[in-house]
Amino acid sequence: MLSPLEIEIITLSLRVSFWAVLIGLPLAIGAAWLLARTTFPGKVLVDGILHLPLVVPPVIVGYALLVLFGRQGAIGSILYDAFGVSFAFNWKGAALASGVMAFPLMVRAVRLSIEAIDQRLETAARTLGANRVRVFATITLPLALPGVLSGAVLAFARSLGEFGATITFVSNIPGETRTLPLAIFNLTQVPGSEAAIGRLVLISIAIALAALILSEVLSRRIGARIRGTPT
Amino acid sequence: MISVAIQKRHGAFALNARFEAGLGVTALFGVSGAGKTSIVNAIAGLDQPDTGRIAIGNTTLFDSEQRIFLPPERRGIGYVFQEDRLFPHLTVKGNLRYGRRRPNDHGKGLDLERVVTLLGLETLLDRLPHRLSGGEKQRVAIGRAVLSRPQLLLMDEPLANLDALRRDEILPFLERMCRDLAVPIIYVSHAIDEITRLADTLVVLDAGKTIAAGPVAEVTARLDLAPLVDRRDAGTVLDGQIEDHDGPHQLTTVSFEGGRLVIPAIGGAIGERLRLRIQARDVAIATVPPNNISTLNCLPGVIAAVGAPRHAHQDVQIDVGVPILARVTRRSVTDLGLRPGRDITALIKSVAVERTVAPGS
Repeated sequence: MLSPLEIEIITLSLRVSFWAVLIGLPLAIGAAWLLARTTFPGKVLVDGILHLPLVVPPVIVGYALLVLFGRQGAIGSILYDAFGVSFAFNWKGAALASGVMAFPLMVRAVRLSIEAIDQRLETAARTLGANRVRVFATITLPLALPGVLSGAVLAFARSLGEFGATITFVSNIPGETRTLPLAIFNLTQVPGSEAAIGRLVLISIAIALAALILSEVLSRRIGARIRGTPT
Repeated sequence: MISVAIQKRHGAFALNARFEAGLGVTALFGVSGAGKTSIVNAIAGLDQPDTGRIAIGNTTLFDSEQRIFLPPERRGIGYVFQEDRLFPHLTVKGNLRYGRRRPNDHGKGLDLERVVTLLGLETLLDRLPHRLSGGEKQRVAIGRAVLSRPQLLLMDEPLANLDALRRDEILPFLERMCRDLAVPIIYVSHAIDEITRLADTLVVLDAGKTIAAGPVAEVTARLDLAPLVDRRDAGTVLDGQIEDHDGPHQLTTVSFEGGRLVIPAIGGAIGERLRLRIQARDVAIATVPPNNISTLNCLPGVIAAVGAPRHAHQDVQIDVGVPILARVTRRSVTDLGLRPGRDITALIKSVAVERTVAPGS
């Protein structure tokens, strides 16, 4: 049904998106909590910077990653020397690019759902002896779960579609950084590949749709449990 | 012993509270906006006063001079809010258990089963909060606060958001709890009947200032406390004990310091202690002991003080062994020559039984 090459592309795409969300989500939850529940000087600026990937051209994000996380980059060289980790022209770099691009979507979704939580519940938890960490873990996070979930799925779908930053940062290497959109782009350069493009397009849509439906179902169940509305 | 002495300015509102509370129930009474919630929030650590000090025993919770401000989770204070504030994602049992990890020695023997029985929560344990009625929710909230084993329990009008029916459903539980738990309670309310039912000590607040503090019977008998005296249902409380039952007439005799009162029959063993409430407007004054009168309770007494006139009325404090208030017309005060020191008879038309008091408490 699927050709070995198609399977390779899908597996790579899923792996890149999976790691982008897995690493990005905890950071996004932390950032969302800071923005929703604390005030600190420069908050507006931090908020703005976090949302930049949403509005600047992806090629700029890709270029910035190249400068920062390339083998010679300010951060990249340190990571390579200290841990032997490299993001240059491999799938980890693709995951990093996807994660950065999807980060604002996760922060936004989680922040909105944290802000929707009645703070008086958190206050009540503190009078019951829970410190801020425990309040977060036992009250805030569980109640924000629908938002966390939808943020994760949104970011996952966004990562599957990541193109500009990825191709700028880690190029278009078969089997390493050639994810679904890059593969489709590549095929558009080859005459007579309409059928192959069509298959990849349908696969992309199917995966994204499945993710969205799954998130909707889960988030409704959780929401129903919390709010008590019937499923 | 809890001692509170705090000040806080909030725009035009100035809070200046000073009182002490010991074991038993201390009621903070005042009209809406008198600063009751500000005080309990400061005690709980949810709000920081400008200056002053709050301490429980030897533990300082707040001291503006020493720059001490303990966060709420380290104060060991339970808080029952006006709203139930139950955690919607946890079952009743989960909510009850939430505060149980606090490691201290207060409220020993206060286990889940005991509180569940005390508050009648047996059948609700596995339910989520949204499946509970308003009264049930508030009972769970009370249980949750109690089970956190606090060294002090704050209750901010826990019955205010409930209709009369639910209120009456919870009051007996509250009463039982206040009586049975060895935890001091600060109870905020603007409902005088709740206070006379539950409180041992009464602190009166007016426009952010504590204007009186003392035993309930003593404070309610004062003539100078506007928040109390301005009420239609102003009155005093008496603590007494059942002396005799008159079966054929369906009456019960209650003795108190300085006399006896006959009230409609109530249950209870001879010797059981109880609290009665006498509203000022149910007390009339006769300058000569009346004959042939249907009123059963005619108590000889001496006028202790005459309050300032309000509208057509004037309140008179009568010493019948303990102080009680009578609300009579200004005209009667003039016509009968009611003044301090005069011997009179107080005619008490009706007496409400507020609660029974556990022996020895």
